[in-house]
Amino acid sequence: APAIVTAQDDAADRELVINGEIEIVTEADAPAHLENMSTIRSGWTFRSPETQTMQMDDFDNPGTLGVEAAREAFSADLGNGESCAGCHESPEELAGVRAVYPKWDADAGAVQTIEMQINECITERAGAEAWGYDSGEMIDMSALMSFVSRGEAVNVAIDGPAAETWEKGKEIYYTRYGQLELSCANCHEDNYDNMIRADHLSQGQINGFPTYRLKNAKLNSVQGRFKGCVRDTRAETFSPGSPEFVALELYVASRGNGLSVEGPAVRN
Amino acid sequence: LWAAEAVAPDAVNFTDAGGIAESLSGTPGDVENGAALMNKGAGNCIACHQVTALNDLPFHGEVGPSLDGVGERWDEAQIRGIVADAKKTFPGTIMPSFYKTGPYERPGDGYTGKAAQGELDPLLTAQDVEDVVAFLMTLDTYPE
Ligand code: HEC
Ligand code: HEC
Ligand code: HEC
Repeated sequence: APAIVTAQDDAADRELVINGEIEIVTEADAPAHLENMSTIRSGWTFRSPETQTMQMDDFDNPGTLGVEAAREAFSADLGNGESCAGCHESPEELAGVRAVYPKWDADAGAVQTIEMQINECITERAGAEAWGYDSGEMIDMSALMSFVSRGEAVNVAIDGPAAETWEKGKEIYYTRYGQLELSCANCHEDNYDNMIRADHLSQGQINGFPTYRLKNAKLNSVQGRFKGCVRDTRAETFSPGSPEFVALELYVASRGNGLSVEGPAVRN
Repeated sequence: LWAAEAVAPDAVNFTDAGGIAESLSGTPGDVENGAALMNKGAGNCIACHQVTALNDLPFHGEVGPSLDGVGERWDEAQIRGIVADAKKTFPGTIMPSFYKTGPYERPGDGYTGKAAQGELDPLLTAQDVEDVVAFLMTLDTYPE
């Protein structure tokens, strides 16, 4: 219907400023490694004006509740007397960190997502019990890490020791999985801006994660979203936290180098 | 799964152009059931295609071309080939292969996200394909 198309065209032209002060880059030149696209766009630019507006003020963004829960958890006992706040003065002290994750961790000898980094602190530094990779408390804490980095330019490293993992993620991105034989690229590179049934396809960027989805009324993790998209190809999915999804997350994050961190974003 | 006289997915004879000359089921297609398959279940063709004749259904996709006029653009054999395995007509196309059982990369058990149990059924049965083809053959005009 033409009316909807017009609304979306307008939506793509709007600018995202959160709370009237945090300016978010929602459209940028594609990073040099991206061969098939010249412009990258946040998922925000593909949403309806109503959904977009919810993200423009933290009072209207239901994802703020998860951020607040994580703020409390930050200074709460991890189970053995330690807390995040015992080592990191405040969440704000970790501002900017989100923008460079996933990143190579020399001690672990592997690329780590922010969730893995948080669990490393909880288990190895604090000596407490690990949180579930895709648990509610982890997603909330991940949302807090995004929240304090909002407006920072995504800038994950893809060279040096991260290169091998990045290549693996890229291969996964272009593999046609499942009985429907669809790759991430088929939907998010070849067909972004097209409708697939009732869904307006975005570029599948992850700068807005964790995202509050109106559809399931909760915060959703990056890898939880990957899982849903792979499942929709009638494939056997990978699990959140698996080496495959960590590699894919690094690769997809790198496709958004230059956009701003904007999580927790609001999506439908 | 398919009647005795149906051609099995791995025994289908494609022409060089990717068409299939003979009926897969031996039974004429049912236009009405074909229209129903366009909308839901394993077909869900309008997820990607706009079809004016199905305008009573909401949300037609834009990933593939409009199917208005397909019955005029292509002959029946070619349409059967496209529905059964579009990759034989359009190499590398994003359109799924509906009468094929593999090989697939990490085949799943439907939409559960779990691994497939045993051999997969094709997305559409031989008769389903014939029904969809029969429906598409009725799309022989270009509505305004
Ligand atoms: C016992 C001390 C300790 C505790 C408790 C702790 N951390 Fe850490 N954390 C560290 C140290 C040390 C580092 C590494 C410092 C660095 O890399 O700059 C670190 C690094 C991090 C980083 C990555 C910083 C970067 O620049 O890459 C994040 C994110 C983080 N911690 C979050 C948390 C959260 C969230 C919690 C609580 C759930 C927590 N930490 C609990 C000590 C701790
Ligand atoms: C059959 C089509 C299809 C395939 C294949 C697919 N997706 Fe998606 N994806 C969607 C749809 C539809 C949405 C919801 C609308 C949107 O944001 O694009 C979505 C949303 C997303 C989002 C959320 C974006 C946001 O801003 O909230 C991410 C991230 C994503 N997909 C990543 C992937 C990755 C990675 C793969 C491959 C492993 C993949 N998708 C495969 C259809 C697909
Ligand atoms: C995931 C997307 C997708 C789905 C689902 C899909 N198609 Fe397609 N279809 C396409 C694309 C894309 C093309 C264009 C071929 C190309 O060049 O890649 C196409 C082409 C066609 C054509 C040739 C159109 C012409 O005018 O030349 C027919 C006929 C067709 N599809 C029928 C169907 C039917 C019937 C179904 C369901 C049983 C279906 N398609 C499901 C994506 C899809």
